[in-house]
Amino acid sequence: MGLKKTDVLLKIRDLKIQGYSDETWVDIIKGVDLTLHRGEVMGLIGESGAGKSTIGAAAMGYARDGTRIVEGSSIEFDGIELTTSSEAEKRALRGSRIAYVAQSAAASFNPAHKLIDQHTEAPVQYRIKKRLEAQEDAIELYERLRLPNPGEIGFRYPHQVSGGQLQRAMTAMAMSCRPDLIIFDEPTTALDVTTQIEVLAAIRDIVDQFNTAAIYITHDLAVVAQMADTIKVLLKGEEVEEAPTDQMLENPQEDYTKSLWAVRSFTSPQKHRPTDGTPPLISVKNVDASYSNGPKILDDVSFDIYEGMTVAVVGESGSGKSTTARVITGLLPPSKGEVLFKGEPFPASYKDRSKDQLRQCQMIYQMADTALNPKVQISEIIGRPAQFYSGLKGTALKTRVDELLDLIELEPSKYYNRYPPELSGGQKQRIGIARALAAEPTFIVCDEVTSALDQLVAEGILRLLDRLQNELNLAYMFITHDLATVRSIADEVVVMQNGQVVEQGPKDDMFTPPHHPYTDLLLSSVPEMDPNWLTTLLEERGVDNIGDAASAKIDPDDDKVEGTQV
Amino acid sequence: MGDILTLVGKRLGLGLIILLVISLIIFFMVELLPGDIAQAVLGQSATPENLAALRREMGLDQPAIVRYLEWLGQAVTLDFGSSIVTDARVTEIIGERFMNTLFLAAYAAVIAVPVSIILGVIVALLRNSIFDRVANVVSLSFISSPEFFLGYILILYFAVKWGMFPAIASLSEGMSFLDLLERTFLPALTLVLVVMAHMMRMTRAAIINLLASPYIEMARLKGAPPWRVIVKHALPNAWAPIINVVALNLAYLITGVVLVEVVFVYPGIGQALVDAVSKRDFPVVQACCLIFAATFILLNLAADVGAILTNPRLRHPK
Repeated sequence: MGLKKTDVLLKIRDLKIQGYSDETWVDIIKGVDLTLHRGEVMGLIGESGAGKSTIGAAAMGYARDGTRIVEGSSIEFDGIELTTSSEAEKRALRGSRIAYVAQSAAASFNPAHKLIDQHTEAPVQYRIKKRLEAQEDAIELYERLRLPNPGEIGFRYPHQVSGGQLQRAMTAMAMSCRPDLIIFDEPTTALDVTTQIEVLAAIRDIVDQFNTAAIYITHDLAVVAQMADTIKVLLKGEEVEEAPTDQMLENPQEDYTKSLWAVRSFTSPQKHRPTDGTPPLISVKNVDASYSNGPKILDDVSFDIYEGMTVAVVGESGSGKSTTARVITGLLPPSKGEVLFKGEPFPASYKDRSKDQLRQCQMIYQMADTALNPKVQISEIIGRPAQFYSGLKGTALKTRVDELLDLIELEPSKYYNRYPPELSGGQKQRIGIARALAAEPTFIVCDEVTSALDQLVAEGILRLLDRLQNELNLAYMFITHDLATVRSIADEVVVMQNGQVVEQGPKDDMFTPPHHPYTDLLLSSVPEMDPNWLTTLLEERGVDNIGDAASAKIDPDDDKVEGTQV
Repeated sequence: MGDILTLVGKRLGLGLIILLVISLIIFFMVELLPGDIAQAVLGQSATPENLAALRREMGLDQPAIVRYLEWLGQAVTLDFGSSIVTDARVTEIIGERFMNTLFLAAYAAVIAVPVSIILGVIVALLRNSIFDRVANVVSLSFISSPEFFLGYILILYFAVKWGMFPAIASLSEGMSFLDLLERTFLPALTLVLVVMAHMMRMTRAAIINLLASPYIEMARLKGAPPWRVIVKHALPNAWAPIINVVALNLAYLITGVVLVEVVFVYPGIGQALVDAVSKRDFPVVQACCLIFAATFILLNLAADVGAILTNPRLRHPK
């Protein structure tokens, strides 16, 4: 591109940003420096609350509602000082020279307009291109990003296009004015692993082709390792360290960085099925299910869960994992098949189950934020099921609630009278666990319970669940799309695709070849810390054999295939 | 498109059922009133023979359900029987007046709907500014004052003090359209002031509600200027609640004009209704109620269909 790599494009010095909460201004970013050269990709990583997204927005001179950039900070983009520029001057850069790719493309595309009209908005507004030229350019970009039907896909509305395709269309949109810098704000976090990989490949490719500089924000180390030239680690609004990617992965200096790298170390010893012929605790038998006469969501699903064991159910979104949980708990009666509890049929609808049957199956949800009523005290959230199922009252109830809080490692006296919004994400999830335990169940459905949490916090929850399982002899059905979680906690694994079980068995079997081709696709799509992982994989498979294209080639009715090649 | 037709068809069917239920209520409420129409016509001094004869003549000796079905059958063909006071056909009494009311409502709507939506967009754009606050306070004061009070204030200034518009909105044969617009300007303006606040505030609220959406932030980060963010990115997604409030207010315009018509002596259906109620002219009352109910249902149906049509998910299924 004729540009020297050493040209500085973005220079941020002593960036301080405050956010307004509880009627005062609180520091969110506490003096961060950042230097980005033309064509360079910098990865910003850290847990939630580290201020990654806030810095990303600030690089565009943009402060989100309720935040402000403190005087004395300097954000210099290609010689233009953004902190002192007028709103109109900053606006003129946005979309044209600095573009933004948001976390959820599904939410960030306007539902009321066609993709291509949103794509051409900026180039037409900046008079860089006429509408038709811009449309042609959009189609070309769609093609470069390997979107299916590039000539036609832009003329659809966002809801007519899948998540992974939308994310690529958004990357194309960011490219529409050939910006110097793109901010990628967790662009693949909301995607399945198999879809993530094709988006990653597309982004890396196009950033390379146009020599665009990028700030790549993520909490996933393995992802950032594939994308970034340099990595900057952030913690609570401050920089921990920065280094070139290889060096950062091999030889992190700071303790905090080392702890991030070491997170995936927790493994619970694998348990095996009892051999004395006791019936399984929960047995799903040939279940079909659909929502209000819609298409079949579950197709002949069968698996068993034994007492005290953890069965991980994995698969992409839409594969029927959560629907299976709804069938077991009786929220969605199956259209065919049945659920057995200790060998006895379980009534299909929760309405027909007795109190004692109801108490056996409890649920913990992905979003503790929305699963807990924000206006109800912790004591009542946990106390209500204890009262309902066990009829506890007065002191007995209080003792029980204290006991439950002890179990989840929260000090009773401190949390008894508090409300959910006052707690952190991990603490809320613990309350969700305590609420499930209050019913004294034998079986708990954990629906993506750690996917909304930071890795360190998630590991705490996994350890807690493991300890509770051992103490209370609980069986878990662990729904997840994260194979690292499966590795650490599962005893048995069930792989689902398009509403069918494609493979099941003990964990050690599942993680050793040969696999069903779909299992293989899932396993191989999980990013690894090796910075060359994506390159190697693409070389091995070819760009047309990843993501949706690859899963489309798999016939779910296929028997196990020998060997690991697809 | 098939989905939309089914949805609209369902709504239409539901509307018809509701209308049927309302017709039942209207008919049997009148039936419950003490005394019957024959009694009302002949007065206290009627002899039992006379009453019986009249009842036979009017068909009142038939069971209520038979009379209801007869009344409904005629109402479907827009025949509401005759007035028991003047003996004129009900359609003649209220037909022209209903058209007058429709005209006044349409006049007010043509001004009020675009003005309040545009104002709503402007106050959303300039939210929390002086202009926003003033527009809020002014429109709220209009909506909080009773129509007759607003009407008299307008008469005081526009008619009496400044002599710009006539105080009485009487109609005469062969008036030109412009004359008609001038005569009815003050009642129309009164109605405009009364219904504007709701629509303006709903437009503002619906737009501001969307400003926290990720796609609005995306539009801002693409460099779209504030007016474009509001008009192009927020407004198209805000139509559903706005359309609903517009429909409610239009229905109010038609059914709620009684006071305004009285203040301006306008020959609309409201006046006819007041007359009929005071004279216990049941057929007219029933006809008016049924027309009002049908208007309400029709406008709400239109709002539902409008809300469906502005939803891209329904317009362009996968």
